[in-house]
Amino acid sequence: MAEQRKLWPFHGGLHLDDHKAESNASPVRSVALPRRLILPLQQHIGQRAEPVVSVGDAVRKGQLIAQATDYVSASIHAPSSGRVVEIGAAPIPHPSGLSDTCIVIETDGLDSWDELPAAMPDYRNADAADLRERIRWAGIVGLGGAAFPTAVKVNTSGQRPIDTLVINAAECEPYITCDDVLMREQAADVIDGIDILSHLIGARECLIGIEDNKPEAAEALRRAIAGRASGHDDRPIEVVVVPTLYPSGGEKQLILLLTGREVPSHGLPAAVGVLCQNVATVVAVADAVLRGRPLIERIVTVTGGGAKQPGNLRVAIGTPIDFLIAQAGGYSTHINQLILGGPMMGFGLRSDKVPLTKATNCLLAASRTETPNSQPERPCIRCGECARVCPAQLLPQHLYWHARARDFDKAQEYNLFDCIECGCCAYVCPAHIPLVAYYRFAKTEIWAQERDRDKSDLARRRHEARVARLERLEQERKARLRQKKEALDSKSGKTGAGDAKKAAIEAAMQRVAAKKAAQQVESGTE
Amino acid sequence: MQFSISSSPHQSGQQSVTRVMGLVLLALVPGTLAMFWYFGWGPIINLGIATATAVAAEAAVLHLRGRAIGVTLIDLSAVVTAWLLALALPPLLPWWQTAMGSVFAIVVVKQLFGGIGHNPFNPAMAGYVLLLVSFPVTMTRWLPPDVVSGSALSLADSLHIIFSGTPPLGQTWDAISSATPLDQMRTELSQNRMIGEIRQSPLWGDFGGRGWEWIGNWYLLGGLFLIWRRVIGWRIPASMLAGLVLIAGLFWAIDPDTHPFPAFHLFSGGAILGAFFIATDPVSASTTPRGQLIYGALIGLLVFVIRTWGGYPDAVAFAVLLMNMAAPTIDHYTQPRIFGQRGRGDA
Repeated sequence: MAEQRKLWPFHGGLHLDDHKAESNASPVRSVALPRRLILPLQQHIGQRAEPVVSVGDAVRKGQLIAQATDYVSASIHAPSSGRVVEIGAAPIPHPSGLSDTCIVIETDGLDSWDELPAAMPDYRNADAADLRERIRWAGIVGLGGAAFPTAVKVNTSGQRPIDTLVINAAECEPYITCDDVLMREQAADVIDGIDILSHLIGARECLIGIEDNKPEAAEALRRAIAGRASGHDDRPIEVVVVPTLYPSGGEKQLILLLTGREVPSHGLPAAVGVLCQNVATVVAVADAVLRGRPLIERIVTVTGGGAKQPGNLRVAIGTPIDFLIAQAGGYSTHINQLILGGPMMGFGLRSDKVPLTKATNCLLAASRTETPNSQPERPCIRCGECARVCPAQLLPQHLYWHARARDFDKAQEYNLFDCIECGCCAYVCPAHIPLVAYYRFAKTEIWAQERDRDKSDLARRRHEARVARLERLEQERKARLRQKKEALDSKSGKTGAGDAKKAAIEAAMQRVAAKKAAQQVESGTE
Repeated sequence: MQFSISSSPHQSGQQSVTRVMGLVLLALVPGTLAMFWYFGWGPIINLGIATATAVAAEAAVLHLRGRAIGVTLIDLSAVVTAWLLALALPPLLPWWQTAMGSVFAIVVVKQLFGGIGHNPFNPAMAGYVLLLVSFPVTMTRWLPPDVVSGSALSLADSLHIIFSGTPPLGQTWDAISSATPLDQMRTELSQNRMIGEIRQSPLWGDFGGRGWEWIGNWYLLGGLFLIWRRVIGWRIPASMLAGLVLIAGLFWAIDPDTHPFPAFHLFSGGAILGAFFIATDPVSASTTPRGQLIYGALIGLLVFVIRTWGGYPDAVAFAVLLMNMAAPTIDHYTQPRIFGQRGRGDA
């Protein structure tokens, strides 16, 4: 093994009990296909996908059922064969607990594949646009949880050239092990995906950041790198083991840790010549390019004291979570809360009758001891512990103070939007203040204000445009009248009697207008 | 199945305000025992009076404000305030003065500003200063440490003095009381005596007042414990002591006959207690890393200035209160650079 690469530690962070052993001991299990698959049209950041099937249509596995509508959007494919039985509102896994439009497929159990596009084993000679188009077709989004369309992320044209591809294999949140087992079992696919992406973006090297609590996965990756077919101009790939420190898997934190480059506040990694991808996303890219397969399944961790058989499952996207948990052995009697994602950044589900989406990496069936009753919130004593652990180097106690006082300008002055909501501050707060909830509240309020401002700006602009247009029309009308009159005058050349008559008519007209106006004022005041 | 939901993060650490305050109290134990060792029962009786009145006053105000009493009292902050005040008071202060300082600290300085977390000033020091300016005679009437006087006051005598306000039968104040080393240093310097002569007095130990220097050491131990347990940061104590030593050292180097050795400043009055337990009160101190360095250093500087040219025997309380006022401004100008912002706010 090569000598340890130099690391650039980020500020703050927490040493947490990782609780990985509960779920990473056994290999990935497959689960049965549910009767109904529910596919929300919005599983990603960006525009909702547009259905291209109708109720009653038969669909086959891998068939496109909803098309990306905008540049920032992602297509959706049928995870299995069957028939579309419904397109309408259904509950989705979202912090709001609201419903959204979903395509519901009744599976036929045959699981028969649709015709897939040709594999591209020769991707090194393919055009970058074709590769991006394939990734876009496959509906791939960031599988680490953010669900940003990958095809958009890898389109680096017009930006600063990317020299380093960073693969996020840190999986720093406690409990989650889906990336861990994926790397152990599909290390070769990970490396294939990296080669494709490196080629696509023209990166000089690739660094895989992985926490030191996953030695088996790191070893599997190293073996896969060593076993890579040589002869191509493949870029060097290095597995960089980093200390287990939450949140080392934060994109900006990991990039700093591995490269020493600090992504600017409000900026993208591209600004420092880096592209960062989650390890599961990379495997999805390999599937799409080398096998022509769309993103229709993923590995999800089911764990926690409230789950009877914690482990990792390979699941079709759209599988209802209650079905999935039942397949995984069901709930134990200790179940208290169901959290989608990890314990630090995940959100609670009110109901398990929602589907698994592309972004679902973990279902934490938390027992009572894993979600301790929240203690009473006390006043902040400004101890500064939050600032000591903040990986974004913010002053959380000041953010809290201004968010609570609804002084949102001040909160933004203290860089509210640089908060990554990792939860470190709330974790250490001795006064048990739900700090992250305050920041979310402030962000939401600011967004709402901005929307309102945009709306009123638009209304004002419209109004001004209308007034200007009416003014212009009036001017034009007057100009036409004047021209006509001048033409008439010059033609007739007569004056005198006509003028007196005209003056009398005008005076009468004015009297009528004044009377009308008076009536209007009267009726207006009534 | 339906579940309850809560906001992330869904885990939390073991830290609590009660634990923080409890650790502060624990760290005060060695210094308090040293006070008992050198000054007898007086400090312990003061501690009892201050704690009882502080807790009672806090409970009363919380009741008036319509707040839950038990939930707030359990945070132990009132006990910490009372304890710090008691340690700063002369051992034989009349009981009602101790009680008054304690009630003022809790009711006016803490609760009237909104309770824990909202007080702009350090309550214990504000209470101390109120007593010092109101009762300058009793507040400067200290005992000599037992190692100097050779005899200790009994518990009964101490109680008698504190609760009656008069010296024991057949004794006078002059016989039992003494000035603090800082006070004596100032008085004698003002009489144009040299440091070398002053140091001949039996009140002096190796580098500070006899007894006092050891109390300082025990506070130091407690303070280091707090830094180790991450209850306080190192910046404020270090910068305050460094600021004090630097300026004291400068003047000592210029004229060692009229300015005491810097260690004297550290170990004679409340400097160590102030540096680790009082200036570090998070509510009233600066919170940014660089701000804390400035805040601490300026307290150290002010302590020297007030001790050397001011009219009061010790200066920690005044220096801390003055810098409490400056803390928000210091914070404003010392905001740290955030992730991804190079150079901003480094002015």
